[in-house]
Amino acid sequence: MSAPIKIKALTKSIWVFHAACSPCNNCDIELLDALTPRYDLERFGIQLVGSVRHADALLVTGAVNKKVVDRIKRLYEQAPKPCVVVAVGNCACSEIMFRDSYNTCGPLDKIIPVNAYIPGCPPKPEAMITGIVKLIKALKGEK
Amino acid sequence: MNEEKKRTVIPIGPYHPLQEEAEFFKLYVEGEKVVDMDIEIGYNHRGIEKLSESLHWDQSAFLVERICGICSTSHPFAYVNAVEDLAGIEIPIRAKYIRSVIGELERIQSHMLWLGLAGHFIGYNTVWMWSWKYRELVNDIFEFITGNRMHYAMMKIGGVRRDIEKKDIPQIEKMCNDLIPAIDLFKGAVTDDPVIHARTKGVGILPKDVAIDYCVVGPTARASGIDIDIRRDDPYSAYNLVDWKVIVTKNGDVFDKVAVRILEMYESIKIIRGCLEGLKKEPEGNFDLNVKEIPAGEGIGRHEAPRGEVYHYVRSDGTNRPVRHKIRAPSYVNVPSDQYAVKGYTVSDAALVLAAVDPCYCCTERVAVIDKEKNKKIMNGFDLIKLSQEKTAKIKNGPKIL
Repeated sequence: MSAPIKIKALTKSIWVFHAACSPCNNCDIELLDALTPRYDLERFGIQLVGSVRHADALLVTGAVNKKVVDRIKRLYEQAPKPCVVVAVGNCACSEIMFRDSYNTCGPLDKIIPVNAYIPGCPPKPEAMITGIVKLIKALKGEK
Repeated sequence: MNEEKKRTVIPIGPYHPLQEEAEFFKLYVEGEKVVDMDIEIGYNHRGIEKLSESLHWDQSAFLVERICGICSTSHPFAYVNAVEDLAGIEIPIRAKYIRSVIGELERIQSHMLWLGLAGHFIGYNTVWMWSWKYRELVNDIFEFITGNRMHYAMMKIGGVRRDIEKKDIPQIEKMCNDLIPAIDLFKGAVTDDPVIHARTKGVGILPKDVAIDYCVVGPTARASGIDIDIRRDDPYSAYNLVDWKVIVTKNGDVFDKVAVRILEMYESIKIIRGCLEGLKKEPEGNFDLNVKEIPAGEGIGRHEAPRGEVYHYVRSDGTNRPVRHKIRAPSYVNVPSDQYAVKGYTVSDAALVLAAVDPCYCCTERVAVIDKEKNKKIMNGFDLIKLSQEKTAKIKNGPKIL
C-alpha cells in the first residue's frame, strides 16, 4: 500500500491508544470523558482500543519518569506505522513544574517523535477534540 | 518448591486498558483460583516531596494539587491544614464553609467516577456511560464556582482563593438538587439488579479484624465495619458546623463498598446544603487572611479524601519554603489489603476486587522501587476484563449461552 492511501485510511476512523506516563490522572480522565455521552468522540469514529498494536494514534499524558521511559519507547515501536503521537496536557508538552524533578526524563518530544501538542492543565475535552481535528486536517495536507 | 512451580503468573499491566494509570499486579494462579498476589508500583513517581522543598509555601499548594487529578483538592486541603497547624492560624468561618463545599463536591465526582469504572469492569458499560454523564453535572458546578473543571486551585494558606457570592448560591443549590435523581438512579440500579448482586455480594471480603491489621482507611474500612472518619473524629473546616452522619456497613465485600460510596454521596449533598445555608448568614468578602510569614516549627494536617485519610506533615525553619514535606495518601494503605481480599476468588473476579478499594497510584507513589523480574506467561489486562465481562454475560443469559 502506498503512503498516501495509508494516510487517507488513517484519517477516516482513528483508533487511539492511551498511555499514561506518570500523569496526575486529570488528562486521562478528561480523555475518557471525551468518549462518554456529553462529548461523544465515538461519533467521529474515534475509539479507545486495548492494545497499541490496533492503534492509529498514541495519546500520551504526563511527565515521563525513569521507570516508564523504556515502556513508552517500546509502546511506540510496537505501534503499526504510520502512527501519530499526541502529547496531551502541559506535562507531556513541556513538563511544567516537574522539570526540576530527579525522576523525570524530559518532555515527550525528546523521547519519541510527537505530531501534535494539546496544552492545558488539564485540557478540556473540547480542546482535545479541536486538537484531533487539526491533526486530521494536517495529515490530509489541508490548512 | 514443587507447589510454586505449578503456579501461573498473570501480569496485569503496566499498561492496562482503561485503568487510566500504569500499575502492575502479579496474580499467582492455580487453574482459575487466585492463590497469591504481588503489587509493583513506581510508574508514577515524580519526586513531589523533594520538589516541594524547593518551592515557596504558596507554590507548594499548586504542586500538591498535581499529585492526583481525581482528589485534586484533598492534597492541598491537607497541606493547608498542616501549614495552618504549624503557624497556629484560625481561618475565617466563610473560608471554612467554602473549603467544605469544594471537598464534598469532589467526593461526589470521585465516587461517581469509581462507580462508572466498576460498572465497566463487570461488563456494564451502560453504568459507566451513565455515571460519567451525571458526573459532568458536578464538573459544571466546579466550573461555575472555580472556573475550572478540575484542578480547582481553591485552597490557600489562611483561606480560599475565590469567594462563593450570595447571588450564586441559589444556582449552586439548584445544581445540587439536580444530582439527587442521578444518585437515586444508581441506588436503584445497585439494589435491584440481580446480576450486580451475583457479581459483587460475597466477593472480595475483607473482614473487620483483617481490615484493622492492614490499617485500611476511608470507604474500604467503613465497608468492613470500622467506624472511622477524619471529618467527624478530628473535626476541621466546617464539618462540625453542619449535620451529617458517617456511613458504616458490616460485610466488607464489593457490594458493601459500592453501597457505602453511594450513600456517602447523599451525605455529601447534605453537607453542601448545610454549608451553603451557613454562607448565606455570613457577611461577604472575609474569606482570606493573607498570610505572609510562616514561623519555624512543624505541623500536621489531615483530610478525609474520597478514598480515606490524607496526611501531610510539614517542617519549617522560618524561611519561605518547607524544610520537609511528608505525604501519606490513602491508597498507600488500602492497596496492600487487596493481597488478602483477592485470595481464593477466581481470576474473573480479580479485576473487580482490585478496583474495589478505588486505588489511586498517582497519590500512592512516594518512593521509587525498580524491579526487573521477567514473567513466564503473558495474559494481559484486556483479557482479564474480557473474562470478567463474560462471567456477567453468563450469569445474565444462563450457563449455556456465552
